[in-house]
Amino acid sequence: MSGEPTNKDKVISKRIDRFFIGLERAYDFVKRFFKEVWFPPYEFKEVIRQCYQIGYNSLPLISLTGFIVGVVFTNQSRPSLSEFGATSWLPALISIAVVRAMGPLVTALIAAGKVGSSIGAEIGSMKVTEQIDAMEVSATNPFKFLVVTRVLASTFMIPVLVLYTDFVALLGAFVNVHFNELVSLSTFFVQVFDAISFLDITSSMVKSLFFGFTIGIVGCYKGYNSTKGTEGVGKAANSAVVMAMFLIFIEELLSLQVTNFFRQL
Amino acid sequence: MRESVVQVRNLIKSFGDLHVLKGVDLDLYRGENLVVLGKSGSGKSVLIKIMVGLLTQDEGSVKVLGKEVKDLNSRKLNELRLKIGFSFQASALYDSMTVRENLEFPLVRNVKNLSKEEKDKKVEEVLDSVGLLQTINQMPSELSGGQRKRIGIARTLILKPEIMLYDEPTAGLDPITCMDINNLINQVNEMYKTTSIIITHDLTCAKVTGDRMAVLLDGVFGATGKFEEVFEYAEDGRVKSFYDYNFIKQ
Repeated sequence: MSGEPTNKDKVISKRIDRFFIGLERAYDFVKRFFKEVWFPPYEFKEVIRQCYQIGYNSLPLISLTGFIVGVVFTNQSRPSLSEFGATSWLPALISIAVVRAMGPLVTALIAAGKVGSSIGAEIGSMKVTEQIDAMEVSATNPFKFLVVTRVLASTFMIPVLVLYTDFVALLGAFVNVHFNELVSLSTFFVQVFDAISFLDITSSMVKSLFFGFTIGIVGCYKGYNSTKGTEGVGKAANSAVVMAMFLIFIEELLSLQVTNFFRQL
Repeated sequence: MRESVVQVRNLIKSFGDLHVLKGVDLDLYRGENLVVLGKSGSGKSVLIKIMVGLLTQDEGSVKVLGKEVKDLNSRKLNELRLKIGFSFQASALYDSMTVRENLEFPLVRNVKNLSKEEKDKKVEEVLDSVGLLQTINQMPSELSGGQRKRIGIARTLILKPEIMLYDEPTAGLDPITCMDINNLINQVNEMYKTTSIIITHDLTCAKVTGDRMAVLLDGVFGATGKFEEVFEYAEDGRVKSFYDYNFIKQ
């Protein structure tokens, strides 16, 4: 057996190289964001415009899905609780589930699909039609104007959307509980707030910040590095969603460990 | 002696195994229109992208207005870029902005303390100079190819550049619109006293707009001079075939 690498070895070696090169590029991209975010010029107007795009324009979708999540989760939980005669615990159970996990996760996944793909596609198409180059030659830093603004906007807006989703999901849960258990609005929300703690809300907000950052930076990274014309734009949008969703689940897992650590203190 | 505003010496640029520029030398003199011709993929666009720092050369020197481009830090490079107008092949208008916002974009970022009236006046003035004042509130998607090219040129003119770089200004346009763009290039040269490099493979555009031709062949300039010198009496078969293809011989 000779020591010469076979074609298969070369393919594997190339894939490993590509993986680590991609990892280094992503690291450089994130590093550049943290370097550029602190220094002027600050594109406040563009950040506000992006906040509007990401936040306000996502409201209809988030409202609908949040409400449905509340209704469905309540309906699915009722049989198990009623077996123990504990349907009165529904508001507490739902509030914990929604605030700790479902609200942030549902919002982040929907935003990854809607916001992440649109950022990836928009920046990707700007890249392939030389609009980013045009910005650069007109002495404007495209990274600052396109990337920093979008990442900041998504980092700020996802926690706001999460709070809104929590509220709408609890409203959906209330509608379901009200018609089945005849619980009043005030009783429902007293039970909801009794069940959740300061740590629940804080951890939910902190992880939402990370989710927002992830959605923004992944969308921008994929768009900014897209190649091969319109095909590349489609790929950038698609991989922005897939990668952001994957990272969101990893972050959810990590945040659970960190929150549990604080809960035990 | 004529002042050279762009000096390129032994410029080498490769993309992986593809050697695009293999030792290009070039001088661009103040006030002239230099046309760079060559086949697709011959490195014409690469050459002007290196001049504005969008790409970096592997070897060689590129001096624009006396400054070595690759040695400039980002602040100095941006200062230099303000003196260079770059008209992109596909116009590169910002899709999400109106024509007015497209033109204001470089202005508000690079000219401080400009009142709204001054800003509007500059935008209207430059749009008028390309004959498209009526499109001021339209979106790029509502414009024709020729109009997009003109707006693209107007956007570069708003900062009153000394050097204009046109990347395939007539690509994808009908012959009548091509002629309009060619005339606009000459008009810009006169009105704004610019020095230009026009990248093209359209010999009509070259003949109408160029004072001097330079033909890129296999990564170096194979022929330079006036249009007639380069093409009509060409001895190099590659240059000759280029001419024959553009002006179909009977």
